[in-house]
Parts: sequence; C-alpha cells; structure tokens
Amino acid sequence: MSARSEDRGLISAADRRRPVVRWTLGGGQALILVLLALAGLGPILWLAKAAISQPHDIAADPLGLWSGPPQWQNIETAWSRLRVGPALVNTVLIALGNWAVSVLVATTGGYALAILRPGYAKIINGALLATMFIPAVISLVPLYLTVLDVPIVGGSLINSYWAIWLPAGAGAFNVIITGRFFAQLPAELFEAAKIDGVGNFRMFTSLVLPLSGPIIGVVSLLSVIAAWREYLWPKLVLPDRAKQPLSVMLPSIRDNVQINLFMAGLLISVVLPIVIFLLFQRYFIRGAGLADGIKG
Amino acid sequence: MSLPLSAEDGRATRVTRRVARWVRRGGISTLVFLIPTLVVFGLFSWWPIARGLVLAFQQTNLVTAAEWVGLDNFRKVLADPLLVTAAGNTAWFALLALVFGYPAPLALAVFVRELRRGRALFSVLAYLPVVLPPVVAILLWRVFYDASDSGLFNTLARGLGLGPFQWLQDARSAMPSIVLEATWANAGSTMIIYLAALSGVRTDLYEAAEIDGASIWRRIVHVTLPQMRTILLITLLLQIIGTFQVFTEPFLFTGGGPANATTTILMLLYNYAFINGDYGGATALSVLLAVFLGLLSLLYFRLTRRWSTT
Repeated sequence: MSARSEDRGLISAADRRRPVVRWTLGGGQALILVLLALAGLGPILWLAKAAISQPHDIAADPLGLWSGPPQWQNIETAWSRLRVGPALVNTVLIALGNWAVSVLVATTGGYALAILRPGYAKIINGALLATMFIPAVISLVPLYLTVLDVPIVGGSLINSYWAIWLPAGAGAFNVIITGRFFAQLPAELFEAAKIDGVGNFRMFTSLVLPLSGPIIGVVSLLSVIAAWREYLWPKLVLPDRAKQPLSVMLPSIRDNVQINLFMAGLLISVVLPIVIFLLFQRYFIRGAGLADGIKG
Repeated sequence: MSLPLSAEDGRATRVTRRVARWVRRGGISTLVFLIPTLVVFGLFSWWPIARGLVLAFQQTNLVTAAEWVGLDNFRKVLADPLLVTAAGNTAWFALLALVFGYPAPLALAVFVRELRRGRALFSVLAYLPVVLPPVVAILLWRVFYDASDSGLFNTLARGLGLGPFQWLQDARSAMPSIVLEATWANAGSTMIIYLAALSGVRTDLYEAAEIDGASIWRRIVHVTLPQMRTILLITLLLQIIGTFQVFTEPFLFTGGGPANATTTILMLLYNYAFINGDYGGATALSVLLAVFLGLLSLLYFRLTRRWSTT
C-alpha cells in the first residue's frame, strides 16, 4: 500500500489507543473475516467435498464435514463420461481465440488511431465511443442474424468458433484504453524512428509492441475472463453439443446425472479460474477497479 | 513540363499528386492497420446496431424478404400483458439488488481500508465468488436452494428454528433468492472498486476533522462519502443499467417461473426471438429497453450534476 495511507487514515493513532475503537476494530475484523471466509471460500470447499462424495451423503447430511472415503473416481467419470473434459478444451479454445482477436484488434486499431492518426481517425473514434454508450441488448438479435448470414462475405458462422471470436474483438473499451496507453509512450521515440526512416510496420512490431506489455496484459486478462463467463451468446451460436463450452454444456446435463458427478463437473470447471486468480490476484484486484468501473 | 495543361488535366494531376503524397506518408499502411478494427466493428458492432434500428420496424421470418410494418412491432410488444409483469419483475430485481448489494461492499471497503494488516487476504476472500463462472455459481446455488428438508440452506435455517423454505419454487421468495445469489456473486468486484477509490481520499481532511472533534462516524459521513460521491453515483447507475439487462440468473434458476414471477425483460426478449422466431418484436423490445435506459441515464446525470461537481 502507498506510503501516504500509512501516515493516517480515517482512524487516527489516537483513536486506535481508545479501548472502544480497539475492541470494535479487532472484534469487527475477526467477525468479518469469518463471514468473508464462509461466503467466499465456503461454497468452493463445499463443492470440492460434494464432488468426491456419495450422492446419498450429499442429500442426507449437506453440512457433514466428512462422510465416507473420498470418491476420487467421480472426477474421472465426470471428465470422460459426462464429457466435461472435451467441454473444458472447447472453453480453452474459445478463450484463446477471443484473446488473439481482441489483442490484434486493440493493438492495431489503437496504434492506427492514437499514433498514426489519419484525418478520418476522429470519425472512427466517435463510432467506437458510440458503441460503448449503446446498451448491448440492442444488438443481440441483429448480431445473431448477422452471424446466421454474414454480410458481404456470405455464409453462416453458426457452430463455428468464429461466431464467438470475431464479435469478442469488437470491444471498444479495449481499443480505446490501448490507444491511450500508446499515446502516453514518449513521442521522441517515434520522432527519432521516423527520422531514421523506420516504416509504420517496423515501428509497430519493434517499438510499440515491446513497450506495451502491461496494456496487452490487461486486454488479455479481460478477454479471457469474458470468454469463461459468457453463457447466452455461445448457447445461441453453438447448438452442436460437441462444440459447446462448459458454461453451455453444464446446464444442459444437470437433470440427467447424479448429483455427485455433476458437482465433480462443476469442480473441474472452476479449478482453472481459481488457480489463475490466486496466481495473479494482485493484478486482478488492481485491474478490477479499472475495468468494472468503466465498462459496466 | 513545358506543354500547357488544360484545366481538367491539372485537376487530375492534383488528385494524382495528392494520392501520391498520401501513399508516401504511409496512408496505405495506416489503412492496413485499421483493417481488423474496421472489419470486426463494421460487421459485428456497427452493422448489427444499425440493422437493429431498422429491424424493429420490420417483420421477418428469415425465409421471405423482410416486410416493413411501421410501428406494428412496438404496438404488439406494448400490448403484451407479459410486458407489464416482466417490467415489474425487472424493477423488483433492480430494487432488491440495490437494497441487498449497494451498502454492503461500501461498508466493507471502508472497514478493510482501515486495517493495518491482512487487507490482501480480505480482498482475495471477497473477490473469490467473482472468479467463479456465473453459470457454475448459479448451478451450485440451485443445489443450496434445494427445497427439501435436507437442502443446504434449509438445514441452516432449521438450525435457527426456521423453514423449510420453498426458495425458488415460491413466487414470493423466488426473486429475492435469485438476487441474493447475484449479490453474493458481484459484491466482491464492487468492493474492489471502492477500495481503489478510497486510496484517493485526501487524508489531511481526516486530520482537520479530527482536530475539530468529529467522531469516526461523522468523519465517514462528512469526509469519506462526499469524496467518493462521483464513483458512488457511477456504480449506482451502472448497477441499475446492468440489472435491467439481467438474463442468465432467472433463466438458469427458475426459467422465469413460478407463474412468471421471475420473468425479466430480457427473458421476454429471448422468448420473442429464439422461441417464437419473432425477430422484429424482439428488436422492438430491445429498442424500447435501450431508449428507457438512455433516458434514465440522462435524467440521472441531470439530477446528480449538482452533487457530482464540487
């Protein structure tokens, strides 16, 4: 935390010496920690336990701490027989494609609009900003019809991952924050490169991209998380069950499988997000304020 | 050139020269860099938005050519008795989400900010539900809401001498149950936003207030909250806009039931388009919703302009 926050906060050192404040703060801290652990960690731990239980143990004693030997084979059965494994692979494929398209569009578009700045950049910038102020709901149906029969190119993208990848790239927020980041890079670098006769392409690949790790990281994180969370859109454009990601496939099998196997399936689908979060929690928590605050 | 040029030749040369200069200055490569943006936004953002505005006035079944029907779609949607129910449910969802979900992350953030140790631990724990994919969280909570005696929440309620409750099966408790899960799933990210905003609060004002004898509570009310008002107003508006477009939660928890008690505007729209194939009606509904949200935002900014500028 910053040095300034250590200097003083809402509660001063003098306050902290008062018993009432000390006890409230200490007691409140313990109480909130317990509540947060129950709310944040509790459901995940319960899920992990249910995933390796017998079905009747989940039903008979949902709060039991331990019931019988762990049924590790549940995980295996869910992975192969319930086809959770292939759905996980699909989810990863969708996330990778979203990532590639989002980063390509954000970096090339941001570079052209913020650094190269052709005369017509203002119009494009305006058109990008406008999409941020129009509620997403308005384009749900026409976007679906567009994917059914792509204009100019023709043909349908239904049951193709391109139907998810390409619209995922159309995030104005990504292009704009990337452009802003590029614009903050020292202008002398570009001047010097231009005098040395470096062309636009080389300037992009050997000057702009190497300096843009942080913003590419933010765009990557946002696009991958969005891919993992999406439900309605993949459900609409991927009717073929073999191609569906976890988010679409899991609700469709819910009523037909034993609860413990279903819990094993849910567990498999949260392991990766949780591991990635715990590894990069610093960036998540720092980036969340930025992303959610602006994107909504 | 020594030969005199006609006016037309001169214009042609000027155009050629201008094009040549544009090419020399990298006009083509700039355009190449814009191709991904133009293609992706053109096909999958700008075109669908424009088409949506037209489609709302058309009747189409995707087989025969689209037919212009004027305001018929809007009339039909507005006359649908389910619209009143869905609008009421959506407003109810938004109100409950505000009551459940608005104060808690703020209080939590103000509290966590004052901790000397363990801020990271508190943040990670609060953010964990946000990490779970929404579909997984909903499917898990459906199990928690099991209406039988041995459902998880009913077992907890029994410990308090209550229940058993028909959480999702009862028309009165279905919506609050859904909102409870949605609040749990989203509170962490709001808290993180507030924590970030709190680091921008001027601490010298706390000192001044303390010297003036202001209690901790009064310092929160008169120093902390006024300095956070911009972010508080934005999160409030974003939350309202978000809750008015809620779909996944009611769709996966209850499918809109029981007795349409949890059918939201977006579920109605989904039924129009993807169950009945009435794309015109669905788009008319989405235009109505977008216009409503736009007007709401405008009104909101007008009303709050006085508070948000210092």
